[in-house]
Amino acid sequence: MPTVSMTVNGKPVTGEVDSRTLLVQFLRETLRMTGTHVGCDTSQCGCCVVHIDGDAVKSCTTLALSCEGAKVTTIEGLANGDQLHPMQEAFRENHGLQCGFCTPGMIMTAVELVGRKGHNLDEKTIREELEGNLCRCTGYHNIVKAIAAGAQAMGAKA
Amino acid sequence: MSVTGIGASVRRKEDVRFVTGKGRYTDDINRPGQAHAYFLRSPHAHATINNIDLSAALKMPGVVAVYTGDDIAADKVGGLICGWMIHSKDGSPMKAGAHPALAQGKVRYVGDHVAVVIADKLSQARDAAEKIVVDYGVLPAIVDPAMAVGADAKIHDAAPDNTVYNWHLGDKAATDAAFARAAHVTRLDLVNNRLSPNAMEPRAAVGDYDEGTDGLTLYTTSQNPHVARLVLSAFIGLAPEHKFRVIAPDVGGGFGSKIFIYAEETVCVWAARKVRRPVKWTSDRTEAFLSDAHGRDHVTHAELALDAYGKILGLRAHTTANLGAYLSTFSSSVPTYLYAPLLSGQYDIPAIYAEVDAVYTNTAPVDAYRGAGRPEATFVVERLVEIAARETGKDPAAFRRQNFVTSFPHQTPVIMCYDGGDYNASLTKALEIADYANIGKRKAEAASRGKLRGIGISAYIEACGIAPSAAVGSLGAGVGLWESAEVRVNPIGTVEILTGSHSHGQGHETTFAQLVSERLGVPIDNVAIIHGDTDKVQMGMGTYGSRSGAVGMSAIVKALDKIEAKAKKVAGHCLEASPDDIEFKDGKFTVKGTDKSIDFPSVALQAYIAHKFNGQELEPGLKESAFWDPTNFTFPAGVHICELEVDPQTGVTTIVKWTAVDDFGNLINPMIVEGQVHGGIAQGVGQALFEGAVYTKDGQLVTASFMDYQMPRADNLPSYNIAITKTPCPSNPLGIKGCGEAGAIAAPPAVINALTDALGHEDIAMPASPLAVWRAARKTMAMKKAAE
Repeated sequence: MPTVSMTVNGKPVTGEVDSRTLLVQFLRETLRMTGTHVGCDTSQCGCCVVHIDGDAVKSCTTLALSCEGAKVTTIEGLANGDQLHPMQEAFRENHGLQCGFCTPGMIMTAVELVGRKGHNLDEKTIREELEGNLCRCTGYHNIVKAIAAGAQAMGAKA
Repeated sequence: MSVTGIGASVRRKEDVRFVTGKGRYTDDINRPGQAHAYFLRSPHAHATINNIDLSAALKMPGVVAVYTGDDIAADKVGGLICGWMIHSKDGSPMKAGAHPALAQGKVRYVGDHVAVVIADKLSQARDAAEKIVVDYGVLPAIVDPAMAVGADAKIHDAAPDNTVYNWHLGDKAATDAAFARAAHVTRLDLVNNRLSPNAMEPRAAVGDYDEGTDGLTLYTTSQNPHVARLVLSAFIGLAPEHKFRVIAPDVGGGFGSKIFIYAEETVCVWAARKVRRPVKWTSDRTEAFLSDAHGRDHVTHAELALDAYGKILGLRAHTTANLGAYLSTFSSSVPTYLYAPLLSGQYDIPAIYAEVDAVYTNTAPVDAYRGAGRPEATFVVERLVEIAARETGKDPAAFRRQNFVTSFPHQTPVIMCYDGGDYNASLTKALEIADYANIGKRKAEAASRGKLRGIGISAYIEACGIAPSAAVGSLGAGVGLWESAEVRVNPIGTVEILTGSHSHGQGHETTFAQLVSERLGVPIDNVAIIHGDTDKVQMGMGTYGSRSGAVGMSAIVKALDKIEAKAKKVAGHCLEASPDDIEFKDGKFTVKGTDKSIDFPSVALQAYIAHKFNGQELEPGLKESAFWDPTNFTFPAGVHICELEVDPQTGVTTIVKWTAVDDFGNLINPMIVEGQVHGGIAQGVGQALFEGAVYTKDGQLVTASFMDYQMPRADNLPSYNIAITKTPCPSNPLGIKGCGEAGAIAAPPAVINALTDALGHEDIAMPASPLAVWRAARKTMAMKKAAE
């Protein structure tokens, strides 16, 4: 079996994979990092979003082998020790989650969105940018609020 | 109110683990030596299984075992059950076809379970399943419930014409008499569209067998692990309850679909003992679409009788309910006792008669989905009322007000006794927030931009807090619907609450801790809520039907009452006073009229060291339990108002404003309650505008992925204006009514009433997709042109 090496949340990792192994399987099953979730198989729901070299990517449709040498950040790598990332804090503060299953993908999408669109995000922009993330619990109302607040907080922190 | 007590919008305790990826869902659990299960599913909606050849599959790499229905039968594994007996009008019991966990001789829907492959790796199991050769004899299939009776497809021998039951409720003669003297009758045909529940976490199961103890453990995505254990043990017969542990850890949404006991977890547990290895299965999304119990799927004709002044005289409805290919766990109750008793809505209707014909079809089983029966009833009532107002030239808000129930208790003609509410208050508040008075101006402004604007009211009621055990027993339920709680106070004054309720997004770890904090004066961080494990919590009925607050928390209150009584006795000994003279407030026990006091943690410690009292007269320790059996359903009610705009050029519907005014009684955590309302509305709007599970005539599910089934997305939905009115529920100690299903119940008629208001005619069905709306808007434009 081929091996793949990458950096996950700052740590170098190497593992044997099938050529068909997906990045999300490598994370969840080989590395036992289960914060990244699988909610569908068709790249629609966004529960599996991670950052690859800074881009928000759906890890359920990324081959692990294609990430050779990449820097991968998952939800587990966002907080600074016990200090939540401002976007994580904003989701908690604004009740932007209920069952928590879509939340890692939502937060990873949101953090990358702030990187692309800045700290002042209006509701319309946030809603359009969430095109690739599904939530069944919240009706999105508080997710939108959380992302706007998290974006502001990331700006204040920077 | 303290900052963490009842009524405070406390930020959720569980969120830190969820926002950091530290939640522990069933698929996150891996047991040593675990093998993986993959189910071979039927590609046909209806077929005999003439032969299954496993020989090639068994030779595939990594395969541990391949099992079929023959193995299930040989091991005498019982079939899946339906736990609610419904009797037909003629007194005969419902016709329940056998439901084996793996098909025996016949498949009845696409996705039915034909065989299971167990292999070292999931990919190996999947590859091996492709080598199974099944000789099917394809049979005629039926998917349309309206055509099911007497169709060529004969689905179960037990139900020769595909009828499960012909049930009715209400007084037919009185209702017919009301219609006979009516000045106006409104008639309506409607379809309540079939939905896929789509919790974001797909179902999963890990079965584990311990040879040393002969004990089984099932980790599963369940809303009610004790019910799962009861059914898997007592009916399916996998193991006796004392040797069977069911754990439902973090569960990623349920919406009803994770109440039921499915084939997959049955097979995982059974197979784990056979192969002497843990067996894990995780649904992929397409499997979820195929095999999770669907929701709704009613075809209804309904009529409303009015007198000359617009007073409602009677309502009658005939509904055909599609229950799919097999009876799922609670399916039979949904279109009967969770539906017809709500047909009175918020209105004083003297006579109601409902007939429900439930049928088998070659589709996935249909069971409770958020609201379960109550959205279907509300859709009937609120569409009828709206159209009746329009037909008689009355303002829809005023027409509703004219017919509201205004005094309580109110006994409806269909079982329910409404215990309290103020329907005028919620309507008045909603009309004000929605600026209903000025809708005419906004319609004119929209028309000037070429848009059609409409406004729709939905005044819903639901029966929640499910449910008084004896009452549901008399209606056919196979279980009681009480809830249990145990309060364990530790010697240092921290508290563990063991509850039979189950949180899968509702935030029980926070709200239940708020109750304990309020009652015992301990910080919420010193309270742990333990749920979802049958080895820890003795028994419980789980979470559905908006019952965790009204029933689950009431059980905790009852146990806390006992804790307080016991603690007062201990405090009395410590303070050398009679327990009757001890007051307990803000976490402190005080001798009345003195400054002698002792705090709660000190009393807890004294209860355990037992130095200050005679251990024969007063038992040491501080631990109490309680079962709460409700005395009535609870009746949350409210008004939702949808205002929307249709673009007749594209058929796109845009919701411009959503107003929700709900009466949930007392609230524990308003932030969490609002979140429940938001999510419910989104699901209701989804049903009205986007979602529909669609089968082809030959039974292929064409909406079996998120590419084909339109889930509501962030940019399809507005932000919501949420407000409350409050009449505390008189039927439980906290005055709670429940909030989990309101949005999903209220929203569909609000949307369709608004859409038909915009269109100027009633010719639109759910889901009102852009194509359907575009067609309907063409009719509108033609009508306008003709009128000019």
